[in-house]
Amino acid sequence: MCGTCGCGSETNGVVIQNPLELKNQQHHLQNHEHHHEHHHQGHSHGHEHTHEGHSHGHEHTHHKTVLEIEQDILQHNDIMAARNKGYFEAKNIFALNLVSSPGSGKTALLERTLKDLKKDLSFYVIEGDQQTLNDANRIAAVGIPVLQINTGKGCHLESDMIYDAVKKLNINDNSILMIENVGNLVCPSMFNLGESKRVVIISTTEGEDKPLKYPDMFHTSDICIVNKIDLIPYLQFDIEQLKENASKVNPHLQFFELSATTGEGMEAWYHWLKENRITLK
Amino acid sequence: MHELSVALGIVKIAEDETKKANASTVELIELEIGELAGIELESLNFVWPSAVKDTVLENAVKKIIIIKGKAKCIDCDTEFGITHFYDACPKCESNFKGILKGKELRVKALEVV
Repeated sequence: MCGTCGCGSETNGVVIQNPLELKNQQHHLQNHEHHHEHHHQGHSHGHEHTHEGHSHGHEHTHHKTVLEIEQDILQHNDIMAARNKGYFEAKNIFALNLVSSPGSGKTALLERTLKDLKKDLSFYVIEGDQQTLNDANRIAAVGIPVLQINTGKGCHLESDMIYDAVKKLNINDNSILMIENVGNLVCPSMFNLGESKRVVIISTTEGEDKPLKYPDMFHTSDICIVNKIDLIPYLQFDIEQLKENASKVNPHLQFFELSATTGEGMEAWYHWLKENRITLK
Repeated sequence: MHELSVALGIVKIAEDETKKANASTVELIELEIGELAGIELESLNFVWPSAVKDTVLENAVKKIIIIKGKAKCIDCDTEFGITHFYDACPKCESNFKGILKGKELRVKALEVV
């Protein structure tokens, strides 16, 4: 069964696309049909298989064997993440996994960061969303190489998707890779992508108790960016309370307070990016 | 709903191990899940039937062993039980701690025939 749409196909329904290449292609619809046919084949195949398996099982005499497995369920994801990490380290790529709720301003933060720093640093972007090429189009418009991963019904990126996308991106040494995860404050926390640092973004409109309500994401992150600080005058939002709550969950979190819209506070974030990329060398 | 991914991970492990053991089906699967592992058991149970359909786990009994959270304070070395990541040390109230137990997410054993 595929984890994306729950159909019987063994192949994952994840689609990785380059927005610039797509503009020159008219085969889009055809591809879709192909995809569906594939699924149906998978279905019939799967059913035949199990029937054989059943009758087989009954012929045997029943003697039970206990297998002590002791295997991590996320082992496959962790192994692929380790492969990604090794690749990033060998090429001195600083990879960031950006996680947050939908609408906290991940893409806006990326757009601004890329526009302001693209002269000084080499960037690549992988966008993760369930549907659409919207985010990849926004990044492509800034002139940065980008791939869009559409996870279908999937609620998070997994390390094998990054593995496939990275191969297609052909990243130069000494670059920064920004991976914008699917907007979701719960599921992506469990899936290591092999990133150098995990950055959780929270906006001032989300309420200061989010780190307590969704602790896993804050527990596994290194950096916490508080976005939309320009809206604070209009909100009942206590930024110190937010930071206190997040620090309870993860005392090692480093904070940046900024507004991707007005540009306020962006300098400290840029400074951190440059510093960390250099220390990688 | 990452529990579906987790359930499919379990299915993959069970399929691989059953094949290795030259068995055809699983009668019992034992899972160890920590309270801090980020798994909602209700969600896992909800996706379970569709994830195991037509696999070696289809008729298996699922036994879940819950592992309670345990941490050690970095400041005063006290070991204490935790149910949330934000629980502070009961002795010195520090939030700096190492998680000793509770993040497990493992297939412990399979009973195959």
